[in-house]
Amino acid sequence: MNTDAISSHPLVSRGFAAGLGGGASQWRPGLGAAVRHSEIFSPADEASGAGAALALALDQADADHAERPWLWIQDKAARRLGGRPYRPGLPAALRHRLIHVAADKPEDALFALEEGLRCRDLAFVVGEIAGNPRALGLTASRRLSLAAEKHGTPLWLIRLDAARDLGSARMRWEVRSAPSPRPPWNAAAPGIPSWSAELFRAHTHQPGHWILRDDAPLAAESAAPPHPGDLVRAAGDRSLALNRTSA
Amino acid sequence: MRLADARALCPEIAVRPSDPAGDLAFLESLAVWAQRWGPWSALDPPDGLVIDVTGAAHLFGGEEALLGDAARALARRGLAARLAIAPTAGAAWALAHHGPAQAILGPEDDAARCLGELPVAALRLDDDVLLLLRRLGLKRLGDLSGIERPALARRFRNRRSAAANPLIRLDQLLGVVPEPLLPVIEHHAPLAQRRLLEPIRHRELLDRVVADLAEDIARMLEGLAQGARRLELGLWKVDGEVVIRRLEMAAATRDPAHIVRLFAAKLDDIDAGFGVELVRLRAPWTQPLALSQRDFEAAAEDHGTSLAACIDRIAVRLGEAAVRCPVAHPSHIPERAQRWRAPLEPPPPSQGELAFHNRPLKLLDRAEPIAVLYATPDGLPRRFRWRGRVHEVARAEGPERIAPEWWRERSGVRLRDYYRIEDNEGRRYWIYRNGLAGDGRGGAPEWFLQGLCA
Repeated sequence: MNTDAISSHPLVSRGFAAGLGGGASQWRPGLGAAVRHSEIFSPADEASGAGAALALALDQADADHAERPWLWIQDKAARRLGGRPYRPGLPAALRHRLIHVAADKPEDALFALEEGLRCRDLAFVVGEIAGNPRALGLTASRRLSLAAEKHGTPLWLIRLDAARDLGSARMRWEVRSAPSPRPPWNAAAPGIPSWSAELFRAHTHQPGHWILRDDAPLAAESAAPPHPGDLVRAAGDRSLALNRTSA
Repeated sequence: MRLADARALCPEIAVRPSDPAGDLAFLESLAVWAQRWGPWSALDPPDGLVIDVTGAAHLFGGEEALLGDAARALARRGLAARLAIAPTAGAAWALAHHGPAQAILGPEDDAARCLGELPVAALRLDDDVLLLLRRLGLKRLGDLSGIERPALARRFRNRRSAAANPLIRLDQLLGVVPEPLLPVIEHHAPLAQRRLLEPIRHRELLDRVVADLAEDIARMLEGLAQGARRLELGLWKVDGEVVIRRLEMAAATRDPAHIVRLFAAKLDDIDAGFGVELVRLRAPWTQPLALSQRDFEAAAEDHGTSLAACIDRIAVRLGEAAVRCPVAHPSHIPERAQRWRAPLEPPPPSQGELAFHNRPLKLLDRAEPIAVLYATPDGLPRRFRWRGRVHEVARAEGPERIAPEWWRERSGVRLRDYYRIEDNEGRRYWIYRNGLAGDGRGGAPEWFLQGLCA
């Protein structure tokens, strides 16, 4: 089964097939909508997960999805820990299109996520679930991946204060806040949003660690030293046989 | 007089609670029924009806016969009524309330002369105007025409509403100025029902019946080019009990598969008892919906559902209040600057937002108190403790002072000084100090954390 045969399969995304071919490339902003299901792990006492999810979603968005509404689904624990979205603080391109779903139980949130993914009129779906609820196991995660890839709606699932359990997300990020660059006019003020983002598992790209800045468009600079010297990095999901001259 | 006093005077008095809404509903149905005597009818609340019988009296054998027929029909239903026919609605009202029984004023009669003996109360005026006319010594309609018209017009020159100006009412009575009336139009809600030969007790059969009813009502709505916004499913049980399930949709729809799917979630807790013998589906609220190509369930599976169907599915499981859309609200107070409303409604008009205000991405439902170390009385925060963790403030911007809304708050509400801060690990928050030291509105100011910045 060669790469062309796989990439013509409707359930396999383009980037996934490219990754199978052996050319697993570094992730960078502006790659386009190759991945439909991403998970973002972040602490619950900061809005870094939601901010990074929206920035990545805007970065991936197609031009023809420009004026579609999008869903933000929160379960009760996520609302209690991190609050609700605040319209004046949302990115200007997104604030008038938000539809917010306040679910009580994680099961309800998962139901709403799947219904949202099946909808053809949505630009993308953002979910926010706190902790590691029993309902969000590998099966539920797999259901979400299949629904997202079948209908082509990107899903950004934010996991607040969660352990890295089993999941079928195509890209899994660990995001924390990072010190922001100093603004030019007031060096004592907080600057543009910055996050320290670690891509620790991806089907299509090599793992990596970046400092993301929401500089409209999204900017990323590598946080890891480019040549780790004689230290061998953890293998992660990479193939050990790969020639990593590009890293 | 209070009820107790009335009972003391007359112990056998019969008492019924007042029901104005029920009375109005009865009057509406009576108005629809009364269209048997004329093409349209209008309400005259609280207890009157106006029926246009122009050109219809000969069908009943003349105007006297029409009045006789109406009097008999109303008496058979136990209603005491006073009837009159006149060329204008105002004249008919005056004759019915203050004239002889079953009076008829023909078009060739002199209305001013025939009605001159009626009291001025026949003009449908407000009580204070009637009092004024009585004090002026004007007791009969004929007295009004005995006075120069400019004198009366000057007296009532700033009374614009018809009920306060006797001249307008007099002109309406004589047919000099038009008096538009709002007709009552009967509206049939689309309805489909199934009488069941054998009472059903099982869910699968009920689902089958509901699917049939949804097909029926969808065909009916398609014929009317309407879509249902609200549906009522009534189940009549053998023991006489009626179970009603209501459904409200985000957008007008007539897709039977969608209706069946939404009702399936609402039928789980029905106790059929000895069986259901009649199922009825009504659409009390419909909206125009143009004909379109049918959306097969297979198409929804392949190409995804529409936004309205998606919202309906989520709202049926999570409740109407769970799916909301934020809109801007004109207020300076941050938690009041955003309101939630149902999705798919057109956005309300709002002012543009100020671009130099930096607001947090997320707002806590209730601002949480924090302990802050800061340079008193109004310096920048240095360090704070929130949820058991100490954060060192590395950078801060502020204060942005937001004063309380004095026109709706009590006077003791304190102003807020907002700071946008970043701690030494890069976490960005939005905190405020509630009040100033020595502002006379409480003790030392307290600090709150309200928002999480991206």
